[in-house]
Amino acid sequence: MDFINHQLFIKDINVHIDPILPKKTAIITHGHADHARFGHDHVIATRQTIDIMKIRYGDKCAKKFTPLRYGQKYSIKNYDFTLYPAGHILGSAQVLIEKNNHRLVITGDYKVGKDETCKNFKLIKCDTLITEATFGLPIFQHPDPKDEIQKLIRSVKINKYNCHIVGAYALGKAQRVMNLLRQQKYNETIYIHGSLEKLCQYYSKEKINIGKFEKVSSKNKSFYEGKIIIAPPSALKDRWSRRFPNPIICMASGWMTVKQRAKQQGIELPLVISDHSDWNELLDTIKKSKAKNILITHGQEDALVYYCKKQNLVSKPLSIQGRSDEEIE
Amino acid sequence: MKKFSSLLHNLILTPSRNTKIKLLQDYFKILDINRAYALAILSDQLSFQFIKASKLKELVYEQVDQHLFDYSYDYVGDLAEKISLIWPTNKEGKSQNLSTLIENVKKIKKSEINIEFSKVLSELSNNERWTLIKICTGGLRIGVSERLVKTALADLYNKSVNEIEEIWHGLEFPYKNLFQWLRNETSKPKIDFKKLFHPMMLANPIDEEKDFKRLNASEFQAEYKWDGIRVQLMVSSKTVSLYSRTGDNISSAFPEIIEKTKGDAVIDGELLVGRNFKPSSFNDLQQRLNRKKASKDLQERFPVFIRAYDILFYKGKDLRKLFLYERRKYLEKFQKENKTNQIDLSLIIKFKTWKELTKYKNNVHDDLNEGVMIKLKNSEYLPGRKKGYWYKWKKNPKLVDAILMYAQRGHGKRSSYYSDFTFGVWKENELVPIGKAYSGYTDKELLVLDKFIRNNTTNKFGPVREVKKEIILEVAFDDVFPSSRHKSGVAMRFPRIHRIRWDKLVNDVINIEQFKKEFKIE
Repeated sequence: MDFINHQLFIKDINVHIDPILPKKTAIITHGHADHARFGHDHVIATRQTIDIMKIRYGDKCAKKFTPLRYGQKYSIKNYDFTLYPAGHILGSAQVLIEKNNHRLVITGDYKVGKDETCKNFKLIKCDTLITEATFGLPIFQHPDPKDEIQKLIRSVKINKYNCHIVGAYALGKAQRVMNLLRQQKYNETIYIHGSLEKLCQYYSKEKINIGKFEKVSSKNKSFYEGKIIIAPPSALKDRWSRRFPNPIICMASGWMTVKQRAKQQGIELPLVISDHSDWNELLDTIKKSKAKNILITHGQEDALVYYCKKQNLVSKPLSIQGRSDEEIE
Repeated sequence: MKKFSSLLHNLILTPSRNTKIKLLQDYFKILDINRAYALAILSDQLSFQFIKASKLKELVYEQVDQHLFDYSYDYVGDLAEKISLIWPTNKEGKSQNLSTLIENVKKIKKSEINIEFSKVLSELSNNERWTLIKICTGGLRIGVSERLVKTALADLYNKSVNEIEEIWHGLEFPYKNLFQWLRNETSKPKIDFKKLFHPMMLANPIDEEKDFKRLNASEFQAEYKWDGIRVQLMVSSKTVSLYSRTGDNISSAFPEIIEKTKGDAVIDGELLVGRNFKPSSFNDLQQRLNRKKASKDLQERFPVFIRAYDILFYKGKDLRKLFLYERRKYLEKFQKENKTNQIDLSLIIKFKTWKELTKYKNNVHDDLNEGVMIKLKNSEYLPGRKKGYWYKWKKNPKLVDAILMYAQRGHGKRSSYYSDFTFGVWKENELVPIGKAYSGYTDKELLVLDKFIRNNTTNKFGPVREVKKEIILEVAFDDVFPSSRHKSGVAMRFPRIHRIRWDKLVNDVINIEQFKKEFKIE
């Protein structure tokens, strides 16, 4: 495992995984902005991740793209790379790197639970596991997202004269919330912030059931009474949200487990819907991967490192620059 | 219990006062025994200090690895919430109503707490668990004042909130007479007013820019604002009792007042420590605070007296509808008749213009007052913090530039920010901490400091981060005392971050000797 450094860089063949700065060859696990950046020479990723990068940064955001199917092997010298579903968002992948019989998996962001908006997580056995730990504390035990989305549907029913603005990341979470609403038979048009439009259109094109949606426009205030509006979290406190009638501010995020955090962000209806694994899922993945060597990135590493050491696994935190520990999802 | 815990959950997340009132009203539409418990809990009247934080931790450690629990500590901030989240989820038991649950918990014997209380916690849902822990440890902190609950009840049942306020301290759990009256089944509960604590009249901070233009100085009187504890003293020929601002009976902590006071009146004043009516420092007063009893020795070393501001009753007569200047005459009369009391009168400051009052406010020679009170001469004695009658005007704080040394995450609302700052001054070539502050900064400054701390941590001690020594904070504080408990030898009173001094360098900061000299500490 010495072939990769703490920046997820394989010096031997000059390949980076999810680099922050423009590099020669970059394997991209998924389209979120803290993983997929503009300006690499060569991007290797799933077709969807490449599509998403092009939607967000333009067709020329890299000089060359190599799309890989899940399970398709790609070799550079004596390194073999394979992408497997990570269950995080559409197109998200884990990276298996094989070299001289050593199997190393970089999970990227992942969740184990079911999600109709992307291929479900596949567990891969390996020797070294580099896992994320966004919710790497035992207080995080995500509830069933169906129950959470029901809270929203119930609130919409009760508060007929309010509109509900749901804060959700533009890529992935927004579409998942829409899909969950559809699963629970909410069939009304869902209104979206302009910044979500292209991505929602893409999800629809990829045959993800997010139902009917429409961009918010300058309609009569009362038009939005009783409606659900989805917007990126940054828009919640912006002037943008003032155009709506008696908005109830909601947020779909794993962080919403913590009441005080919801309160501090001014969220009235927290929806604990996460695209990351919770504590038990992290432990389960570590165990089932059979890896003896665990490296932990992204978030709350300390508790997970402690846990792994107690299980006699070699474990240490991996601090990747440019990733602040809390704002990501 | 489900209903009550979801009420609390919604209350804590609702910023709007009107929505809070609506939520409370939805809940109190029925007035049953569960609502009686709820009312007692919301108004902090349920005397039920069943379990302490330390005991709760002990219970959690039986369920969860201690280190894993501690890693989560500075993350969540609120103990009740953290425990409720980390507690292993079992199958939920049968849902119990609030009154049954509390009675069942009360029945648990001390020797069986570990097993029995853990069992109760395991059978609750996450949110119910949070609620129960909050109830048991006391102090909900859900952003709902007692006043708001009363307002909600009053509006819902077409009463005036002042009516409720008036009888409130004479009511007792389970509020049978209150509920009946609210439902219009009986007339207003009869209360023996003379034995009651009467809600105090409080002041609003003055807005120097707006208020002084608006207010006519000749209509106001000023008094010094003393740095003690506000009390209400009830004297009659039979009993004497002393109440704190919140209506707690604190008589037993100040036996000398109870034994020596004569007369028949209800007095509003400030309890101070000092001899011959000369107040000593707040530090001295602290020796007498938070004690249930006071030994003879303590009484001798730190004698207390009351500086009277106002009078509410005189010989059974309710004076609260009179104006302040009229009440003052009764107060002086009471004082003249009872000269042996450990009571003196708050001085009325003569002034003609607001500008003239400034020099009294900033009376730097006297550290024992914290500014002035400005009171409308024609003010009735009105409970609560009514606008337009009484104002407080605090003197300018003391200031010192100090270097940011350590930071820690805040609690509650600030649990994701590094918002508790320890700062220090030089001691030879080292830095020595002189205080810790967690307020005073603007939201913007907090973001800047939080970011600086995350990017400039040089060392971690559990939840505490040591940072690069380059940020200079201008710290404001009310006072500073010698202290043997701190390495620096000083302890500040109410330090807060005044601003960040980007223009200063660490070498501009003074050393501890200079600091002590400047603020006259031996």
